[in-house]
Amino acid sequence: MLVSYKWLEKYVDLDGISPYDLAEKITRSGIEVESVNVLNKDIKNVVVGHVLLREQHPEADKLSRCQVDVGEENPVQIICGARNVATGQKVVVAKVGAVLPGNFKIKKAKLRGEVSEGMICSLEELGIESRVIAKEFSEGIFVLPSDAPVGTDAMEYLEFADAVLELGLTPNRSDCLSMFGVAYEVAAILGKKVRLPNSTIVHGLDNTNDLISVEVETKKENPLYIAKMVRNVKVKRSPLWLESRLMKAGIRPLNNIVDITNYILLEYGQPLHAFDYSKLDNKKIVVRYATKGEKLTTLDGIERSLKTTDLVITDGDQPIALAGVMGGANTEVDNSTVDVLLESAIFDRLTVRMTSKETGLRSESSARFEKGLDYKRTKDAVLEAAFMMQEYAEGEVSEGLVIVNNVTNTQEDIITTSTDRVNNILGTNIKTEEIRDILDRLGFDYVLQDDINFAITIPTRRGDITIEVDIVEEIGRIYGYDAIPATLPTGKTLTGRLTEKQKLRRLTKDVLERTGLSEAITYSLTSQDKVKLFNLYETELSPVRLAMPMSEERSTLRLSLLPHLLDVALYNRNRKEENISIYEIGSVYLPNPSSVQPTEILHLSGLLSGLYTDNSWKGEKKKVDFFVMKGILENLFAELCVNNVISYKATNIEGLHPGRTAGIYANETLIGFMGQLHPDVEKTYNGKETYVFEISFSELTSLNFEQNKYSVIPRFPAMARDIALVVDKKVSHSDLITVIENIGKPLLKDVKLFDIYEGDKLPEGKKSMAYSLVYMDPERTLTDEEVVKVHTKVLSALESELGAVLRA
Amino acid sequence: MKERLIELQNDALKQIQESNDLKQLNEIRVSYLGKKGPITEVLKGMGSLPAEERPLIGAVANEVRAEIQNSLEEKIQKLEEAKVAEQLANETIDVTLPGSQVPSGNRHPLSLIVEEIEDLFIGMGYEIAEGPEVEQDYYNFEALNLPKGHPARDMQDSFYITDEVLLRTHTSPVQARTMEANKDKGPIRIICPGKVYRRDDDDATHSHQFTQIEGLVIDENIKLSDLKGTLQLFAKKLFGEDREIRLRPSFFPFTEPSVEMDISCMMCGGSGCGTCKGTGWIEILGAGMVHPNVLEMAGYDSKKYRGFAFGMGPERIAMLKYGVDDIRHFYTNDLRFLKQFKRANR
Repeated sequence: MLVSYKWLEKYVDLDGISPYDLAEKITRSGIEVESVNVLNKDIKNVVVGHVLLREQHPEADKLSRCQVDVGEENPVQIICGARNVATGQKVVVAKVGAVLPGNFKIKKAKLRGEVSEGMICSLEELGIESRVIAKEFSEGIFVLPSDAPVGTDAMEYLEFADAVLELGLTPNRSDCLSMFGVAYEVAAILGKKVRLPNSTIVHGLDNTNDLISVEVETKKENPLYIAKMVRNVKVKRSPLWLESRLMKAGIRPLNNIVDITNYILLEYGQPLHAFDYSKLDNKKIVVRYATKGEKLTTLDGIERSLKTTDLVITDGDQPIALAGVMGGANTEVDNSTVDVLLESAIFDRLTVRMTSKETGLRSESSARFEKGLDYKRTKDAVLEAAFMMQEYAEGEVSEGLVIVNNVTNTQEDIITTSTDRVNNILGTNIKTEEIRDILDRLGFDYVLQDDINFAITIPTRRGDITIEVDIVEEIGRIYGYDAIPATLPTGKTLTGRLTEKQKLRRLTKDVLERTGLSEAITYSLTSQDKVKLFNLYETELSPVRLAMPMSEERSTLRLSLLPHLLDVALYNRNRKEENISIYEIGSVYLPNPSSVQPTEILHLSGLLSGLYTDNSWKGEKKKVDFFVMKGILENLFAELCVNNVISYKATNIEGLHPGRTAGIYANETLIGFMGQLHPDVEKTYNGKETYVFEISFSELTSLNFEQNKYSVIPRFPAMARDIALVVDKKVSHSDLITVIENIGKPLLKDVKLFDIYEGDKLPEGKKSMAYSLVYMDPERTLTDEEVVKVHTKVLSALESELGAVLRA
Repeated sequence: MKERLIELQNDALKQIQESNDLKQLNEIRVSYLGKKGPITEVLKGMGSLPAEERPLIGAVANEVRAEIQNSLEEKIQKLEEAKVAEQLANETIDVTLPGSQVPSGNRHPLSLIVEEIEDLFIGMGYEIAEGPEVEQDYYNFEALNLPKGHPARDMQDSFYITDEVLLRTHTSPVQARTMEANKDKGPIRIICPGKVYRRDDDDATHSHQFTQIEGLVIDENIKLSDLKGTLQLFAKKLFGEDREIRLRPSFFPFTEPSVEMDISCMMCGGSGCGTCKGTGWIEILGAGMVHPNVLEMAGYDSKKYRGFAFGMGPERIAMLKYGVDDIRHFYTNDLRFLKQFKRANR
C-alpha cells in the first residue's frame, strides 16, 4: 500500500510529524514502512509555464521552438522535443538552474543554433514511473489544466511536494489497504482523532430501483450487492489533485469515472465497478457461477474461457464481469458513456482468490476481496463515488440503492479481557487507565466493570481481531514493546541435552574433520537421471518427485548423497582444486508404499581425490587411495565403538571400479559401500582416482556400540612370532586373519600384517603375507613351550584350511 | 734434574697447547706420562742424587705430572665441547620452514552456527527436536493455524509432492509434532534445526533450500516478557554483549502476539551503515506467543498453558556474522569457501 502523506493529512492531524518520523512510528507499532519516497527531494526550480507560441524549429524537423511565459518579466525561449507541445498549453517548466532527479541540471543551451533557456518536462522527468502516467502523456510532456497559475512551483501545484510511504502489510492487516484504515492506525499511534469526509448528494429525479434489478443466485459467495445509478455524466479527465493522488498510489489515471472508482477503492478499501448502463441489454444484473464453455473478454482485451468455479456478473444472459477480479469489455465505460451503473459488493475471498490465481489476474480489487472487506463500508463507498461523479463528472445521481443483502453475521464481536489478563500475557504492569486510553485511541468501544474487566466491541473494519490475545496484542503494540520488561521463563527446570544419536552425529563430524574431510551441504532435490546413481537400496518404487518442479535439475528427492558430492568435486576441479576431501551427512528419501511420506534415512557420504597430505618440500606426498579412505572409515568406526561388528566384502556397485569396491557390513547386514569411482565415470567428472563412500548413518548409529570398560594393564611380558605365509592370490587377508584369530584364542592378543609380496621369487598365482602374532597371558608369564604349542596349531590350521605354507 | 723436569713440563704443555686432535693428545699423554716416558726416565736417575734432595725432586716430579695431566684433561674437554658444538651447528635447520601438513577438515559454516545456537539453548534446558523434511500439509500448515486457502500460505510458496504432502516450508511442523506427541501435555523446551524448502529461484539472497532453527517453550504462565528476555540473552551471546534488541509487532498465523526482533547493527553499533541500510537495526528473527488455536489443535488446554516460539535463518546469521555476500556459497561447497571458517571463533 502506497500512502501519500498529504492525502493522509486530510484525515489525521500530522502537524509537526515529518514523513520519516511517521514512518518510524508506524514501523515500531507493527506495520513495516518499507520506504519513504519524498517526491520533490531532488527537484528544484520547476514552475508552471504558459506556452505563448509554438513554432517549428527552423533547422530540425523533430524539435519545436517555444516562447514560454514562466512568470518572469519576459518569456523565455525553450526548444522542446516532445511531439505533443502546442501553443496555449500550461506546462511544467524546469528553468535554467533547475535540478531534476538523477542530479540532472538544466543549463542555458543552444540546440541546432537556437537558444534554449529551460526544459518543458514530462512527468517521467519529474521522477514519476511511466506505468502510472496517463497514456496520453506517457510519451510526451504533461499538460496542466488551463487555470494553472503561471510561475508558481509546479511540484506544489501537481501535489508532488509530498512523500509516499510504502507499507509492507502482513496478511492480517488488510484493513490498511485503505486510506481510512491507515488513518485509524495512525490516529491510534499518535493519539489523534480521525476526520472522515462528509458529503452531500443532490439527487436527480429518477430512482435506481426503477432502472435496474439485481438477482444474486450465489448468496454465500456474494453476500452483499449494492447498485447505484448516476446519469448524464461527462467522461473527461479527472481534476489534477485526483489524478495526482492516484499516481502517488501507483494507479494510472484513465478518465473521471474510472478514476473515481479507483479513488474510492483506495479511500474506503471497497472495490467498485462502473458499467456503461446503455450496454446492459436487459437492465438487469444476475450474479452466478459461470457455466461450462462460457467466455468473457475482460477489460485488458483478452478473451477468457470461464470455469464453473468462476463467479460472474451477468446481464441476465451474458457475463459482463469476472466478479471481484476484472470487468468485461462489453460494458466498459468509454468517452461516449452517459449513464453509469455503479457496483459495490462483497465477494467471497476464496472464490476471488481462486479465479484470480487461475486467470493470473491480480488486480487492486482482487487483492482486497481476497483479504476480506468491511461490509459496513460497502454502501458508504458507493454513495461517496456517486457524490464524486456529481462533483467531477457533472452526473445526476439517481435516488435510492438496489441492495441485495445476505450478510449473515452482522453482530460486531465483543471480546472480554481484564487488566490482569493483559499484564499476565504481556508480562507488564499496565494500569487500567492506560488500557482505556489505548482502546480510545484505537477507536474501540468498551464497557468497563469493577475497574478491571473489559468488554470490547471490535469494529467491523478490524476483521483480524477475533480472540482475546488479538486484543492483548493491540494493547501491547500501542503501549510499546520497548516498555515490556525482559524476563526469563520460570517453572519446571528441564534437562537440556543432545540425544545419543545427535551426540554421535557431532562426534562423527569431529572425527572425519580431524582426519582431513571438510563438511559439505548439498541440495536434497536432484534430477531424475542423478537419482538413479549409487543406490544403496533396491526398490521397485520410483523415487519421490515434486508435483510441479521449478526445473528438471531439482525435480526429484535424492536417494544418494554421492551425485551432488561428485558435482562439488567437478566444481572445485574446474577451479584448479584437485585435492578434495569432503563428506556430507544428510537425508535420502526412500519411497514408502505404506505411508504418504517417504522414509527419511540419514546418510553419511564422502569423496576423496588427489593428495591426502602434501609436504612436497620434504619429498613427501601422500596420494589418496582405497586404503587411505578405508583407514579414515576404520578410525571412525573405532571412535563410534562399532569396529567389532563391521566387516568388508568385495562387491560390485554400478559406477564403481569392479575390482576396488567393498560392501560395508554390520553384523552381516549391508549398511554401505566404498570404492574407487569407475574410470569411465571419473572422466565425466574431470577426475582421476576418486574414492567415494556412502553409508546409512541411521543404521550405523543404531548399532549397539561397545561400552567403555577397564581391562587390566598387562603385567606379564608378551611374546611375538613373525610368520610369512605363501598362499594363493585369491586368499584374502580377512580369510587368514579369521583363521589366525579363531585358533590363536585366547592367548593370541594381537595380529598385524606387516608385509605383502607378489613377484618373481614366488610361483605363479601365489603371494606372501607376513604377520606378526603377539601372545600373552594376563595372569602369568608364558613359557616358550606354551607359545610354540598354540603357534603350531595356528600354522597347521592355516595350512589345512587355506593351503598356507610358511615361506622359507 | 729439577731443570730437566721443568723443561719437560714446558715442552709437554707447549705440545698440548698446539695440539687440536684427541688422538695426538693421547699420544702426548703416553709419551710424557707413560712408564717409558721421559719423566720416568728422569726419576730413574734419582738414585744418583743426595738423599736429602730426593724427596724434593720427587715432589717436583709429581707436580710436573699433575700439571701435564690437568692440562691434558682441560684440552680434551675443550676439544670435545668444540666437537659437539660443531655437530650441533651442522644440524641447524631453518625453523621458519613450513610445518608438516596434518590432515584436517572444516565444519560447514552453517553447522557452526546451528551448533552454537543449539549449545546456547541446551544450556538453558532446551532439547533438540527433529522431524521429517517431507511433511504432511496438516503439520506444515493446518496445525499451525494456516487452514487451506489462508492468504498467509502465499508467503511461502511450496514444493508439493501430492495435495497432502510437501517439502516443509519451515521447521515449525516439528513444534506441532512435539506438542502433539507430548502425552502428559506438560512443559516443553525445544530447539528445532533443519532444512526447509521454498519455491524460490536461487540468487544471491534466495535459495530454494535453506536452514531454519525454531525454538518453542510451553509452560503455565509463559509471558511475552519471557520471550523478550530469552531473545535478548540469545542475541547478546551470539552477536556480542553490547548488542541491543528491539521487538516490532508483526504477524505470523501461528503466534499472537507476533513480533520481529531487530538487533543493533554490529557493523556500525547502531549509528547507521550499509549493512543496516542506515537504520542502525538489523532484522534477525520472527517470534511470538503460541496462538491458542495451535495449542488446542495439539491437545493443549490453552487456558492453562501458554508458550512462545521463535524462528531464524542460520544462513542469514552466518551472512551477517561472517560477512558472506551470497547465499549460494553455502551450497556450492567451494573448498576455498569451506576452509575459511574455524570453530574457535565461530
